[in-house]
Amino acid sequence: MKKLLSAMMGLTGTMMLSGQAVAQDIRNPAAEWEELWDIVIFDITIIGVIMAIAAVFFLIRYRANSPDQVGSARKLTTVQSISFALIPAAIFMADDFYLAAKGWTVWNAYRNVPEDAMEVKVTAYQWYFEFEYPDGTLVEADMETPIKIPVGQPVVFRMTSEDVIHSFGLPHYRVKEDIMPGRQTYVWINPIETQNTAILQCAEFCGEAHSQMANLIHAVPQEEYDAWIAEVAAEG
Amino acid sequence: MSTQTTTAGHAATPAWKEWILTTDHKRIGVLYLIGSMAAFAVAGLMALIIRAEQMELGMQFVESGTEYNGYLYFHGAAMILAFLIPGLTGFAANYFLPLMIGARDVAFPRINAFSVWLFYFAIILALLSFVIPDAPDIMWTGYPPYSITTSANTSFYVFTVHMLGFSSILGAVNFLVTVIYMRAPGMGWNQLNIFVWTTIAAFVLQLIFIPVLAAAVTLLLFDKYLGTHFYDPSAGGDVLLYQNLFWFYSHPAVYVIFLPAVGILFDIIATMSKNRVFNYKAAVYAGIWGIVGISGIVWVHHLYISGMPDWIRLGHMVTTLLISIPVGILTLSLWGTLYKGAISYNTAMMYAASCLYLILLGGLTGIPLAIPSMTLHLSETSYVHAHFHFIMALFSAFALFGGIYYWFPKMTGRFADGPMATLSFWLNFIGVNVTFWPLFIIGKEGMPRRYWDYEMFKDAQVLGYSFEDFHKVATLGALLIALGMILQFINFIWAAKNGKPAPANPWNSKSLEWTHTASPPGPGNFGDIDVEVDENWSPYEYNNK
Repeated sequence: MKKLLSAMMGLTGTMMLSGQAVAQDIRNPAAEWEELWDIVIFDITIIGVIMAIAAVFFLIRYRANSPDQVGSARKLTTVQSISFALIPAAIFMADDFYLAAKGWTVWNAYRNVPEDAMEVKVTAYQWYFEFEYPDGTLVEADMETPIKIPVGQPVVFRMTSEDVIHSFGLPHYRVKEDIMPGRQTYVWINPIETQNTAILQCAEFCGEAHSQMANLIHAVPQEEYDAWIAEVAAEG
Repeated sequence: MSTQTTTAGHAATPAWKEWILTTDHKRIGVLYLIGSMAAFAVAGLMALIIRAEQMELGMQFVESGTEYNGYLYFHGAAMILAFLIPGLTGFAANYFLPLMIGARDVAFPRINAFSVWLFYFAIILALLSFVIPDAPDIMWTGYPPYSITTSANTSFYVFTVHMLGFSSILGAVNFLVTVIYMRAPGMGWNQLNIFVWTTIAAFVLQLIFIPVLAAAVTLLLFDKYLGTHFYDPSAGGDVLLYQNLFWFYSHPAVYVIFLPAVGILFDIIATMSKNRVFNYKAAVYAGIWGIVGISGIVWVHHLYISGMPDWIRLGHMVTTLLISIPVGILTLSLWGTLYKGAISYNTAMMYAASCLYLILLGGLTGIPLAIPSMTLHLSETSYVHAHFHFIMALFSAFALFGGIYYWFPKMTGRFADGPMATLSFWLNFIGVNVTFWPLFIIGKEGMPRRYWDYEMFKDAQVLGYSFEDFHKVATLGALLIALGMILQFINFIWAAKNGKPAPANPWNSKSLEWTHTASPPGPGNFGDIDVEVDENWSPYEYNNK
């Protein structure tokens, strides 16, 4: 068994190890997004369940017995009125600040690009993305011909548009940012695992073929990436 | 106070002429109702086409992406601008606000008539987009540069917004003056119906923010047709300026819809529970006016992925999360109004009860979207689409339909309740859940909004099912809603003629529109004697405890 494991390790490559050592110190926004999602969903589920139980209970418990019956709630005193505003306000505000603090932490992960990130320039057109790799290689991609990035290597996409507003939507890495003419925006991702399913899609309405503006981004081992970029550069 | 009646019976005038020339706030209200329901029907049909197209991969129903985009544009623009806003601040406010404050009409009846006809011309202009060859395809948001570079006719959008905006501004001035100066003698600010408060809050928002939208779309018009460059970065313009101006209006516009819907909900629930509104002053001053106060400083949450500076995105995260405080206080007041009530159920109360569910689901699913790091993934997905449908579209539409059932006896002298009403309610309620829950689920996995196809996701699986399966379920839900709505409209028309006759105050309400008017109220609303109230009167005082 141990032999098998070490063989598998060998297969996925010693090349990866250097990349992974870096990736461990670098934050992973996509994973932090999932953790935050769980926290927020837990938070709103508690509020939702308490309020829903209260509503159902009230709606059933306080049905009128006769058409002439009137409600029997008492008038609130001034102290009660103020308390029923301030105490819930304080609770909601506390929850808001708690969520804001959590959200802010994850935000920092998304917006602080690691220093050694590989820089890929993205130019969006109606209706495709064009990529420029650090060595100057230009790549157009679609759903049949993916672009590739090396696993374990953070990648920052510096983006602009040549016509209308588009958006760089990459659900696999839980990230999205608009691409605009006359402005430059960025997103970065930390591909810690190989994958061949991540779909880059346009996420800002851009006209007729908006729904077709997509391509795949594969995260592959370094040697496969090197071979691919050399091949594309040779063709280009 | 003026006591003149505006449609005093001139027997010789034919009925159609009386309706066209009317300055009576109740008839104007009915005109708004007819117009907004017509817009709802057409925009609802667009929704069915959209859902049918998304049901399967590939192109089935529409013939081009542009055709589909045209339907999306019309659905969004018409539902918001021609159904929800005129339905709530046009129909409901016109018909019932003067009755609730004991006024015989609004302050400026002729301007009121001008408002409703502007609204009708705007609807006609919007409908013409089905006739012209280059219908707008720019979504209801109309973002440049697409709206400028597209070959479609952006001017139809701009002029529709102009006319509706003009109509709303005139309405806002009219209703604010009416509430300030024409309340029945003795009626203090803390004795107003919650619906009156929410309506004036909505009109304050319209008055402040519509000019900004009007400016934004006018510059769009100039850029496209006169060759200016306000939004063109290649000539020194700013591509984000429009989005900021647009959402500076359009986020408050959400409250222009949400607030009157909440107001209707309060009036139904207080009346049907025979209970005073729980913590009235907190609901009004902290809840309603809290929302108004905060509404102008949260718009960047619509631009979380638009490359705005980090500090402003984080700042608006805090303000957006803080919306939960006024909304939470309003929610507690709604729940508290049920507490120790004596609830009797009719169709209006069923709609109101379902609104409690919709406000919870729609409101709470907005919390992830208030956090920019969450929104980096969720933005522009069908999660957002489902969220805003629940809180803005469905909640407000259900409150409006509840309001129609609630006030139907007042408007027609007949009940609209019955098996048909109950059946259509359940079809609608089940239908909205079947439609929008699947969209939450696939939205979280990345299903984008505004796509007529999602070929790239053909291999994606959620919980063992494909995106296509979820879309099929959603389309089934849309069919349930369509069936429910058709039955509902048949029921309204049938009940207006043949429904069970209703007394003047069938729900034993304490509110003036029920206690002091006939059903339907005649010209001048209150007969010969002006309404007066004393300081102990309240529309919600059912017991003296």
